[in-house]
Amino acid sequence: MSLAATTPHFKDNVHEALTDARLQRALPHARNFIATRAAAAARLPEFEALRDSARAIKDHTLAHLDLYLETYERKVTQSGGHVHWARDTGEALAVILDLCKARGAKSVAKGKSMVSEEIGLNAALEGAGIAAVETDLGEYIIQLRGEAPSHIIAPAIHVTRDDVEADFRRFHRELPADRDLTQPEQLLAEARAILRDKFLSADIGLTGANFLIAETGTSIIVTNEGNGDLAQTLPKVHVVLASLDKLVPTLNDAAQLLRVLARSATGQDLSVYTTLSTGPRRPGDPDGPEEYHVVLLDNGRSAMLGGQFADMLRCIRCGACMNHCPVYHAVGGHAYGWVYPGPMGAVLTPSLIGVEQGGQLPNASTFCGRCEAVCPMRIPLPNLMRHWREREFERHLTPAVVRGGIGFWAFFAKRPGLYRFATDLAMRALHLIGRSRGRFAWLPFAGGWTRYRDLAAPQGATFQARWRAKSGAVR
Amino acid sequence: MSARDDILALVRASLHVSGAEAPRRAAVASRLAEAPVGVVPQRGQGTRSQILATFKAEAERVRATVAEVASAADAPAEIARFLRENNLPATLRHGSDPRLASLPWSATALEISHGPSDGDDVNAVSAAFAAIAETGTLALVSGSDNPTTLNFLPENHFVLVFAEDVVGDMESVVARLKATYGQGAMPRAVNFVTGPSRSADIEQTILLGAHGPRRLHIVVVGQP
Amino acid sequence: MAESEAVKPPIRVGLFVTCLVDLLRPSVGFAAVKLLEDAGCKVIVPSQSCCGQPAFNSGDRPSTQAIARRTIDAFAGCDYVVAPSGSCAGMLAKHYPELFVDEPEMAIKATAFAAKCFELVSFLVDRLGVKRVSARYEGVAAYHDSCSGLRELGVRDQPRTLLAGVEGLRMVELAESDVCCGFGGTFAVKYGELSDAIVTRKSAKIDASGADTLIAGDLGCLLNMAGKMQREGRAVKARHVAEVLAGMGDDPAIGEPDAGAAS
Ligand code: SF4
Repeated sequence: MSLAATTPHFKDNVHEALTDARLQRALPHARNFIATRAAAAARLPEFEALRDSARAIKDHTLAHLDLYLETYERKVTQSGGHVHWARDTGEALAVILDLCKARGAKSVAKGKSMVSEEIGLNAALEGAGIAAVETDLGEYIIQLRGEAPSHIIAPAIHVTRDDVEADFRRFHRELPADRDLTQPEQLLAEARAILRDKFLSADIGLTGANFLIAETGTSIIVTNEGNGDLAQTLPKVHVVLASLDKLVPTLNDAAQLLRVLARSATGQDLSVYTTLSTGPRRPGDPDGPEEYHVVLLDNGRSAMLGGQFADMLRCIRCGACMNHCPVYHAVGGHAYGWVYPGPMGAVLTPSLIGVEQGGQLPNASTFCGRCEAVCPMRIPLPNLMRHWREREFERHLTPAVVRGGIGFWAFFAKRPGLYRFATDLAMRALHLIGRSRGRFAWLPFAGGWTRYRDLAAPQGATFQARWRAKSGAVR
Repeated sequence: MSARDDILALVRASLHVSGAEAPRRAAVASRLAEAPVGVVPQRGQGTRSQILATFKAEAERVRATVAEVASAADAPAEIARFLRENNLPATLRHGSDPRLASLPWSATALEISHGPSDGDDVNAVSAAFAAIAETGTLALVSGSDNPTTLNFLPENHFVLVFAEDVVGDMESVVARLKATYGQGAMPRAVNFVTGPSRSADIEQTILLGAHGPRRLHIVVVGQP
Repeated sequence: MAESEAVKPPIRVGLFVTCLVDLLRPSVGFAAVKLLEDAGCKVIVPSQSCCGQPAFNSGDRPSTQAIARRTIDAFAGCDYVVAPSGSCAGMLAKHYPELFVDEPEMAIKATAFAAKCFELVSFLVDRLGVKRVSARYEGVAAYHDSCSGLRELGVRDQPRTLLAGVEGLRMVELAESDVCCGFGGTFAVKYGELSDAIVTRKSAKIDASGADTLIAGDLGCLLNMAGKMQREGRAVKARHVAEVLAGMGDDPAIGEPDAGAAS
């Protein structure tokens, strides 16, 4: 872990997000993905079968990951590239900084990469005096703003058009102050022109990878803008930064995964650019990088294999789970406090930075199950969150009040006779207090509820008491 | 231990394997050798004319434009027409692909240049390796025939697709790549292009022409 | 699907009344009994407490297992176990087997038990083939799909089918009817502010639907939505689907004052 997490202060983050009027104006955009995904899925009769196929491919790959990694490395080497293995953030940063320094690099053009966020690459590069240039429009916007992505595929989803205009005016000082930037097209054109120069002058291009193909030693990225493609075509050196779980056996397997990726993400059938890169420039090639390096990062993935959270390694980072999450819709991505937001982040964050730091996230879910329903890889996200809660409970990390409350309640729940007696008394009493109004605006021990909403008063005797009075008990 | 050996050891420990197990090795070897084809949607399948029709419809759906010409010799006139009608400069860059070099460019008023782009070109033309009906996708391969920079740097990208190279699905392109470059080998870059460049990063509104071309005009050559 | 395979009439249905209904709104339990009896079932109510969900979702597996064992035993004599809640039925039908992955014998028992557990309305429609109930309700209602019922058990069309046959009732479309109301059991209390943000949106959607009645199949969600709407001063009545289908729609709605004396 390198990026500092504010995850332990999740509740404060939530409060801040809910009271941030600007953020609340921007957040509804995340809901647009719901309809586009549904339409894309509906247009493809084979979609559900493809989800099964995709899941099976990843399960097979993960079960044989050691062998596919070895094959992949061999194929990369054969095609003239280099594989650098990194156990953790520190090693990955060291490899990349060494590559940059050895080539006297002054600037790195970056395609969108969540793994680079995970290792805090931009800060490390800047610290070494190397400019990190985000080239995805969304990433570029948040880099200007000094923010982290709030969504894994739409990093600037929390930013409004007005914000972007203000940021561009603030940072693009070389341009005439009276230029018209009222249309989104004008903002895009300005970013395109500014970034074009940065692409052309970058010494190193760094991209992530959506998939790494063992069969051929190929890395695959998908983009809509073409930024990652320029970042890996124009500079002399292309560095791919990817975690172990990106491995896929063959190109045919990748074709299956690609069919569910964009549909689940943006509702496109395929992203505009699906780019397959294999090694550096070949003899006679007029363009393309002269060097091709892959930094293969573990950072906790190997430990997840074969365990309770192994399903999470199937994730292809489509973002569908957060696009359909009521919690994400309410507070956006920054509240989650680390790199990965939404349901996938709620499962992954404790795995990667520890449950002591990340344990709030798997608790902050209603288990509504919408994430699992749309996850193309059929990852049982609510179940995995529940596993985290079990770990916390076992390790006594669950807050004492909750633990005590559950213990008290469970004592009765395990003893139905006593439970019936005690609850019947309690409900009769509450009924007497509450019947005239029908509900409570405040009740001792129920403050967490009645602070925000009324609580209906009980109807009186419990169902079980009435039933027994009426029919003479069955048992 | 090196990071490599350490990571592989960790992976194996988590999976409770040594890495030497014959059945596992056999499973991996056969998957790599056979590269099974999974679920292939019906959408891209059909007769030659259906496949071409699907390609055209899907490409237009993702906001490419498509023209059909009877023979490659008609392509320069079509591109010149497109540039004229869209009020674009009469310039065009292409690589050394013989399928392009042999065309009657001189019959048009286009000013032709050759080789990769340095970022100053407005228009370029490439010839596709293949195209995919299912999603209206072009498959372009790197090399001096069709430099990769031409796919991304110009504002307007023209792509020639020969009708016989339009296939149903991505798996068929993979098969063609294997037939051309050999099993397990690949050209440096394969660019699957599905429509013109776009971004939805400003309030999730789709705008065309982010970093790549704003216009993608596909010229399909020949009939089914 | 009509009547199931080998079960001979009258079908013995154990009512798993759920703790919220038991404690707060027994009328839902009696509505469920009426619907099941009208469909020809013999209803029994074994001594019971809770399905164990609060413990399960708080990570307390040992307590959950203890509760599950008791519940499974208590309903041993029933052909079916039916609950007027998608959430509790989902717990019994989907999660009980998961609790005993390390105990093969219990796992078999829990799986067999799970197979006979159903949510009330889907049981009526899918298992018993009920197509219509005789009930009257004067009003315009919106239906909210509670999450577990919808996504764990496929409860969606069944309540709509039966509600369509209720005389006097007009159903209207509820935008985002499949989106969580923010209840989530202990979540509503542990993450009150977040839960509130979610239910506030839900309340606005209900209001926008133009309905005078909100109907759902889970009392937990109903308490949450009713409590929010009442706090906001909205006049929408909240009722459990079983009450409406059983013709008990004249009773005070959730959170409304008593008409008469205490029972
Ligand atoms: S968990 Fe599933 S839905 Fe979420 S990003 Fe990963 S693959 Fe997509």
